[in-house]
Amino acid sequence: MDPLILARIQFAANISFHILFPTVTIALGWVLVYFKLRYSRSRDLKWMDAYQFWVKVFALSFALGVVSGITMSFQFGTNWPGYMERVGNIAGPLLAYEVLTAFFLEAVFLGIMLFGFRRVPGAVHTAATLLVTFGTTLSAFWILALNSWMQTPAGFEMRDGVAHATDWAAIIFNPSFPYRLAHMLLASGLTVAFLVAGISAYRWLRGDREPAVMAALRTGVAMAAILIPVQIYAGDLHGLNTLEHQPQKVAAMEGNWQTGPARPLLLFAWPDEAARTNRFEIGIPSGASLILTHRADGMVPGLDDYVGNHPPVAPVFFAFRIMVGIGLLMLAVSWAAAFLLWRRGDLPRPMVRLLVAMTFSGWAATLAGWYVTEIGRQPWLVSGVLQTHEAVSATPAGMVGATLALYLTVYALLLTAYMATLFLLARKGAKPKEIDTGPTTHPNAFVAAE
Amino acid sequence: MFEDPAQWLPLVFAGLMGLSILIYVVLDGYDLGVGILFPGTSEAEKDRMVASIGPFWDANETWLVLSVGLLLVAFPVAHGAILGQLYLPVAIMLVGLILRGVAFEFRAKAEPGWKETWDRAFFAGSLMTALSQGFMLGLYVMGLEHGPATIAFALLTAICVAAGYAFVGAGWLIIKTDGELQLRAVRLARLALLLTAVGFLAISAATPFVSPRIFDKWFSMPATLYLAPLPLAAGTLFATVWLVLGRLPAADDRFRWVPFAGAAGIFVLAFAGLAYSFFPFIVPDRLTIVDAAAAPESLRIILYGTLFVLPVILAYSAFSYWVFRGKATRLEY
Ligand code: HDD
Ligand code: HEM
Ligand code: HEM
Repeated sequence: MDPLILARIQFAANISFHILFPTVTIALGWVLVYFKLRYSRSRDLKWMDAYQFWVKVFALSFALGVVSGITMSFQFGTNWPGYMERVGNIAGPLLAYEVLTAFFLEAVFLGIMLFGFRRVPGAVHTAATLLVTFGTTLSAFWILALNSWMQTPAGFEMRDGVAHATDWAAIIFNPSFPYRLAHMLLASGLTVAFLVAGISAYRWLRGDREPAVMAALRTGVAMAAILIPVQIYAGDLHGLNTLEHQPQKVAAMEGNWQTGPARPLLLFAWPDEAARTNRFEIGIPSGASLILTHRADGMVPGLDDYVGNHPPVAPVFFAFRIMVGIGLLMLAVSWAAAFLLWRRGDLPRPMVRLLVAMTFSGWAATLAGWYVTEIGRQPWLVSGVLQTHEAVSATPAGMVGATLALYLTVYALLLTAYMATLFLLARKGAKPKEIDTGPTTHPNAFVAAE
Repeated sequence: MFEDPAQWLPLVFAGLMGLSILIYVVLDGYDLGVGILFPGTSEAEKDRMVASIGPFWDANETWLVLSVGLLLVAFPVAHGAILGQLYLPVAIMLVGLILRGVAFEFRAKAEPGWKETWDRAFFAGSLMTALSQGFMLGLYVMGLEHGPATIAFALLTAICVAAGYAFVGAGWLIIKTDGELQLRAVRLARLALLLTAVGFLAISAATPFVSPRIFDKWFSMPATLYLAPLPLAAGTLFATVWLVLGRLPAADDRFRWVPFAGAAGIFVLAFAGLAYSFFPFIVPDRLTIVDAAAAPESLRIILYGTLFVLPVILAYSAFSYWVFRGKATRLEY
């Protein structure tokens, strides 16, 4: 196979695996802070129990996030040497600040957060938890600044074919950055909301309805119900921003081939790149015009204006529908669940089953969203500055293919182990409390030799 | 020279990168070493070994991220040239790091029957990481050429770096444990020290012959005189640690820190020797530090951040070591 395609698949596989875990840790950190604060306010042990359970999930997710992140930091060099040569003056400082300000903060205080519970005063432990969480959010800030700059570059000039920074504020706060940061943080919040609700629902189904489980279930459902409308609104704004800066991406998202007024909103279609048209279209007349311009006869850009300069249509088109579809499903489920919890104080069994089924729905939507963003940027790696094929390394295809197979095997195993362990922890949590282990010991207590 | 930032900034960054690699090798060296020493220990001992590194390993690995990060951001051209040549060993190292990093968590949470599997993954991951780093060091010393001779040399350095890590790892266990486990660490430390010495000698003997330029740097008067303290200090360190190991564990646990400190000292000396040999090149005999550097305005903005943040990082790292001072005990959330 073509080394370029392989390098892209490899990079996509690695970052897709990586992003699963930051998506969990960023928001779960804040949820843990919330549990701790609730406990110190109310002294109600159920909040401590909820903390004890979810901190294990946090630790596990964090470990997977760290190791897959280390892989990412080598990938720029091994797969895209041309990237750093052309835009390294911009990407470099942003990545460096991420390491210096965020990674060390997270990594050092993680030790105290996870294992320092009995070694430092409560306030120091809470502060460590807060610092780790702040670190994860800060790291999202820097890496999304870089990613957004690649989508909508600003604040630089080209000298001898190399990008040089002229205005750091413009580079960091480039046009798409605020939208992407908000959308991603909300995505993380929703992923965690459904994870917490889903795992708690699983424990509920197994008959484990302790106060801590119900508290976590309520927290998850409430969080989802609050965040999803905000996310849909933020997504709409994000789309309008993209329309302004990357119209060809929006055209691909909408599957719209011709520029024109009163374009339909396609619910389903089969984009046919060769014939430059769609098959099996089902759409709402003038829908796209309405959403994108807020007028039924508004002009919407079409792919035919960007022949040779637009992304592959089908993956962007479908990924976008998957994301928005899951978003709407999240809205329906979380509001229904919140309403039932509010009115009845408990949930009917089918609703609990539904929540279990949606445990990992946030992951699916997040990945779909990133595929829209990243594939939608093609053929550019940095919009208007560097094309993807110019940046690829000269590594032989066989080597890239072999390492790709290696990574995929490891990732498949780890993902299985991760999910299995989550449910295992949930089942263990459901067992009657063992006697004589003190209030908070748990399976990760390493027994000293003596 | 100091008027022109394009001249001195790259040197500052080469220094920072060297410092970061050095800190990484000592710190992650000990936790990788503890993983390498896993086989043959009992379940309880394994728990204790993991407990001795549990709060630290993530921060230790972050120094690796900073090192590649600095290579990436300060020397973008060299980054591609070096990592492109090391594609396969890098991939193996990454898989090793992944396996051991997750094994920490999984071994503690897995279903009973699975714990041994994750213990094996922990050992295998640690060993893979150490071997591939040693292999990369060997190839780098040999000028990143891939021939039968250079690969054979890299295999030798791979084993010696793994031994070196096992040695600091044992030194760490001597500090953090007691009883049977500490005795075992003392025994293994002597073995690992011997292998490390072989590696040290092999690299020292081979480096001057890789290129005439390096040969001249070492064997011309008066350079040879200035350099004489380096091998002498290394020899003294090896001998001292060897002797102290013969007497450990001492009453009151005195001198327990000597093997670890000795290992750190040996790493520093080895690093100084290499740095002297290869300076001013970053890709051996092909690309100099100054030629490979990024634009001064970008370096400057990273430097401000680094000078401000590095002391803070060191301070809170020290705080964390202080919180978890003393012998390793059970770890709980
Ligand atoms: C939106 C968030 C986000 C995104 C898009 C990325 N990361 Fe990440 N990364 C994090 C959010 C994050 C985090 C939340 O900060 C992690 C996850 C768990 C953790 O330990 O920190 C992390 C860990 C993490 C680590 C380990 C840090 C440590 O040692 O503690 C590295 C080296 C990277 N990442 C590198 C990257 C690179 C090179 C990326 C892009 C190509 C990338 N990450 C995308
Ligand atoms: C976090 C979630 C992310 C996901 C799921 C993701 C996904 C992807 C995918 C699917 C591709 C392949 C696109 C294609 O080749 O058609 C890709 C490419 C790429 N992405 Fe991302 N990405 C993410 C974040 C980032 C970030 C934060 C950066 C950099 C700051 C980044 C940099 C790149 C680069 C350099 C490529 C390779 C060149 C290319 O194909 O355009 N990505 N990513
Ligand atoms: C339902 C309404 C939603 C709308 C209208 C929407 C809109 C968008 C748009 C237009 C993009 C592409 C931006 C670009 O690349 O230029 C995007 C990306 C993305 N979406 Fe959504 N989205 C919605 C729901 C969701 C949900 C529910 C999640 C996850 C839980 C999610 C996660 C993401 C992520 C992670 C990205 C990539 C990062 C980014 O570019 O912000 N979205 N979304």
